[in-house]
Amino acid sequence: MTEFVTRFGSLKDFDKGHIEIINDNPKYYVFSNVFEVANGAKPYEKVAVAKNLEYVIEAIRAEGTSGWMAASHDEFCIVMDGQVDIEFVKLDNPDAVAPASKEGTVAVQGEPKGKRMGSIRLGHGHQALLPKGAAYRFSSAGTSVMVQQSILGDLTVQKWGEICYS
Amino acid sequence: MNAIAEKIPATVAGYKTFELGGFTFLRDEYFVTITWPVKDRRQSHTMSADAFLRALMRDVAWGFFYGVVNFDHVFGTRNLYGKVEFFGGRLNEHYHNNGLSYVEVFDTPRAMKLIKEILADWCNEGFDPFAAPLETGDAAFGEKHGNNLKAIDRFRVATRRMPGLDGDSPLRGDDNGYAINRAFADVAQDKPVIKAEPGFEGELHAFNLFAYLSRSDVTWNPSVTSVCKNSLFCPTTEEYILPIIHGNDRVEWFLQFSDEIMWNITDKETGRPRARVLMKAGDVAAMPADIAHQGFSKKRSMLLVWENGNPGIVKMHESGEIPPYPVTF
Ligand SMILES: [Fe+2]
Repeated sequence: MTEFVTRFGSLKDFDKGHIEIINDNPKYYVFSNVFEVANGAKPYEKVAVAKNLEYVIEAIRAEGTSGWMAASHDEFCIVMDGQVDIEFVKLDNPDAVAPASKEGTVAVQGEPKGKRMGSIRLGHGHQALLPKGAAYRFSSAGTSVMVQQSILGDLTVQKWGEICYS
Repeated sequence: MNAIAEKIPATVAGYKTFELGGFTFLRDEYFVTITWPVKDRRQSHTMSADAFLRALMRDVAWGFFYGVVNFDHVFGTRNLYGKVEFFGGRLNEHYHNNGLSYVEVFDTPRAMKLIKEILADWCNEGFDPFAAPLETGDAAFGEKHGNNLKAIDRFRVATRRMPGLDGDSPLRGDDNGYAINRAFADVAQDKPVIKAEPGFEGELHAFNLFAYLSRSDVTWNPSVTSVCKNSLFCPTTEEYILPIIHGNDRVEWFLQFSDEIMWNITDKETGRPRARVLMKAGDVAAMPADIAHQGFSKKRSMLLVWENGNPGIVKMHESGEIPPYPVTF
């Protein structure tokens, strides 16, 4: 019986694919690699690797402890490499931090005001809900890589020309 | 019934013959033959029966999906959301420019009822149109033998926020019939550690997405695992060939979670080749709104398909309000 080996990428070991143009423009495919992007990113910089109108997927280099963040809508993160801890605080006044009219991740000024909800430790391939109404912050003992599902916001960094095939 | 349709037999090799508007569908031991009216005759088209049934299964499972489901370079369906267009040769410039294309629009429930009947009658015992060829073998072929209603009537995963939340779609495990797929036997099954303070037990939520995907019993069948307004993460596990050539009516994005997939990209309207895109683990790429794509996965792989479910988006593309490419740089 065949022994299958499932290949996941990592910060230290990834192999980027390619585009073979027949009659097209490579820029149309907005092709990047989340590990390569994380390699060139500052800790917790939220670099957009995919964008569909207002929605984004951000690649994040998790290293040390992040600032507190929140959003007026659910967000999700998936660990692509390493291990990430998330702490959560139920905001007493979520609208004051991230009003309903505001989309995307917002930075919480100072310490979040509210009750501690607990924590989640994510390993490789694990996904967490970053629920609306809660502030959260990440920490990683080593260097990890996450992707986050969110909406284009003040913290989103767009540097397509640097990260994509052209 | 028109004169041509009357000529086709009611059954061939034990399989029923079907009609939908001007189209006829006939299967024999190896092939499916589709015909449609052109000028003063009928145009015919032949597909391998297994390829046709795999494509038809996706139309059933996805409710005709977003945009165009090309069964191959000639025949397919286009979702008009409420109605559905069946076409022969419409998105193949040679057929279309020579007057050999045909398009007919049906109310979705009528078309859906018919294609479910075809699938139920034409899938033999042992043939699972959701499975990879190495899993399901050659049972698709030969004279009609039995059926596989269980395979074609699987539970449709409908996630509102995230699997495993109270009242949301279930997680997958041995206990509810989702064994680890043979090609993902090496995928870790560990779980996130959730430490909720009293009173917040139901609010903190996480799961092992890769373990969840390793237990998918289907190929090329995206299902939702997280919802941020209209942003839908729809990961899927892929092996062999995407049974359809998907013509986008909006931008779609891929993030390759594991292994690799080669994509053939063609122009949506003409079928002309445009590019080939090889995606490996960690790669992200857009599929523009004016292309069609078909993937080839030599080993079962995990692919995140990312959709924007905004119902207004098709009109925005058609009117030229937004470009077919998601980002300009
Ligand atoms: Fe697609």
